[in-house]
Amino acid sequence: MLRKTMAVAAIAVASIAVAGTAHARDQIRVVGSSTVYPFTTAVAEQFGKTGKFKTPVVESTGTGGGFKLFCAGVGPDHPDISDASRAIKASEIETCAKNGVSDIVEVKIGYDGIVLAAAKRAHHIDVTRQQLFLALAKEVPVNGKLVENPYVTWNQIDPKLPAQKIEVLGPPPTSGTRDAFIELVFEHAAESFPELKELKKTDEKAFKKAFSSIREDGAYIEAGENDNLIVQKLDANPNAFGIFGYSFLEQNEDKIQGSKVDGVAPSFDDIASAKYPVSRPLFIYVKKAHVGQIPGIKEFLAEYSSEKSWGKTGYLADKGLIPLADGERKEWAAKATALETLKK
Amino acid sequence: MTETTQMARLGAVRPTAEIVAARLKRRHNAERRFRAVGLGAVLLALGFLGVLLFTIVGNGITAFVQTSIRVDVTFDPAQLGIEGDTSADALAAANYQAIIKQALYRTFPEAKTRGEQRQLGAMVSSGADIELRKMLIADPALLGQTRSVWLLADDDIDMAVKGHIPRQPGIAGNRLSDNEIRWLDELESRGAVKTRFNTLLWTSGDSREPELAGLWGAVVGSIYSLIITLLVSFPLGVATSVYLEEFAPKNRWTDLIEVNINNLAAVPSVVFGLLGLAVFLNIFGMPRSAPLVGGLVLALICLPTIIIAARAAMKAVPPSIREAAAGLGASKLQVVTDHVLPLSMPGILTGTILGMAHALGETAPLLMIGMVAFIVDIPATPLDPSAVLPVQVYLWADSPERAFVERTSAAIMVLLLFLALMNLSAILLRKKFERRW
Repeated sequence: MLRKTMAVAAIAVASIAVAGTAHARDQIRVVGSSTVYPFTTAVAEQFGKTGKFKTPVVESTGTGGGFKLFCAGVGPDHPDISDASRAIKASEIETCAKNGVSDIVEVKIGYDGIVLAAAKRAHHIDVTRQQLFLALAKEVPVNGKLVENPYVTWNQIDPKLPAQKIEVLGPPPTSGTRDAFIELVFEHAAESFPELKELKKTDEKAFKKAFSSIREDGAYIEAGENDNLIVQKLDANPNAFGIFGYSFLEQNEDKIQGSKVDGVAPSFDDIASAKYPVSRPLFIYVKKAHVGQIPGIKEFLAEYSSEKSWGKTGYLADKGLIPLADGERKEWAAKATALETLKK
Repeated sequence: MTETTQMARLGAVRPTAEIVAARLKRRHNAERRFRAVGLGAVLLALGFLGVLLFTIVGNGITAFVQTSIRVDVTFDPAQLGIEGDTSADALAAANYQAIIKQALYRTFPEAKTRGEQRQLGAMVSSGADIELRKMLIADPALLGQTRSVWLLADDDIDMAVKGHIPRQPGIAGNRLSDNEIRWLDELESRGAVKTRFNTLLWTSGDSREPELAGLWGAVVGSIYSLIITLLVSFPLGVATSVYLEEFAPKNRWTDLIEVNINNLAAVPSVVFGLLGLAVFLNIFGMPRSAPLVGGLVLALICLPTIIIAARAAMKAVPPSIREAAAGLGASKLQVVTDHVLPLSMPGILTGTILGMAHALGETAPLLMIGMVAFIVDIPATPLDPSAVLPVQVYLWADSPERAFVERTSAAIMVLLLFLALMNLSAILLRKKFERRW
């Protein structure tokens, strides 16, 4: 018995040793944003179906985590493409360069809207970004001073809003959706208050802290990363609002309805034309050094930037991606084909 | 005198028997209360389990069948774009979507505008062409002929047929347009809509189209991972416990090792994932997302469980057996291999299977080594990228498409089935080989 177990152990160790030797990779690897994940995976699947190349492996690591892996180096052990729900930061380009990743191709693929939504039978509101800030920020300006958020019901902020408890379900701090919401709603709103504007001039750091803190007294409920769960909770509780990505609204429009922000409802056309204020661009970043080393990268980019995928009636639009404008699409497709690298 | 005062103090009015009876009643009441609380706890737990299973089965049972639509498809060489050329390559590359669309347009000639035709075309899954391709390659004589074919329906149609999205026309924001609902009703009245067993769920890998998504890739990944886990953790765990239990001297060092093993059993599993990332991927350069690495990380998680169970099983072997063997002249190694190990094997195996069942349900450590990923191809070896069952549950739960809600529950049911089978085999093994002294 013991002899047998030892033999098995020896085989196991031997197989691990064999696996440990360096390996070539014949499959594209993508990492990055969970917002871009549904789109890149759809392209990857279509790309794999053509049969010439293996289906790329797409990991959902978050934008920041994606760049960390992407910038770690050149070679088959490192990913070829990084999905991002924001543009790459200067600090990330620096890290990349330090590790020998100098030529990066940026491709803007489309837009994503962040929506405020509630059950269809709920009382719908038309809010401004300022009102959203007053409803959800941790500290708000009252009579010229920053105080702990005193608002309990919507109509305390504006009599036109309903006399209903403020109850908003949204993503936790680890989520890119939350970062984008803070940037697009809170940062924008904060600058419209004279008190906070003053603060920005005198103390940039305090200003940043003021606009990026969401209240923690129960009015904002962290509902986890799973947007499906938020949709289900909204359906069950007509008094609550939820914050999540547009693709989830699109899939559930028989149950929930998007609220107007600054007078514009989140619709496909209004997000595409940038009329809806809470939308952000999505990107993919490609390591140029891997083109030609890992088979299929050029062809994958061609698939991504083809009209049948990211076009107005392409399959990515079916998945909830808001396409770029016609001219913009042409411009970025040309950049993708030419593998035009980021300028430092 | 003291006795009388004491009697008076204790309640001279009440005879001793009555006091005893009252106390007994109190004690019985206390016991009854305790039992009721215990029973209540069990019932509460059972209730929660029942609710959990009920919602999962209620949500997921429909995922095991899949809607198909019958359409008369003409294998028109012109539409397929293969006029004259009937080689296998040409048949494989032909445009099957075109003949599906043509068949649908013929079925509903009233769809004239581009928008209507788009809606009509969207009623059939984007993966339906694969079935037609298979048909034509198997029998090229079909070219130019018309056949009645059951095509996989789109996920929204499937959801409507299963009653997960409303089918009344005129609901604003419904996933199905009024046109699609009308066409679906008409197809149904012609008997051209049916649900059949969802084989794709068991045979294909992941997909972004719910109707094409399957669990097989994840099942294979889980099996590979668990085989690696077993191959590594079982021999290591048994060898460790044999040494610690039978050979090691009792001193500060072995005490320290023992305390550490017990602590390791309580370490959050994501920590093992970080360890796997640092050691297996970064130092040994093993491939990312591979079941091999997943299995190694899971083996680390299993090891403490196996060692603790194996040591307990060996401790339970009576010393008289060791002494009798030694008395007959057996060496220490012979005592262990011929007597202690065979006798403790049921306990060791039970511990191993429970440890493996635990490993089967882990996702957190696999996140670190890249196994939480969209992987379509079925892994052929443990070195190919692969997901595992719980990861598939997590990925589907996060997908926006409505049809993934039921698929998530279906995946959970499959995972639970695996767990139940493993636990059942642990019980059977114990029943079969257990020996009492």
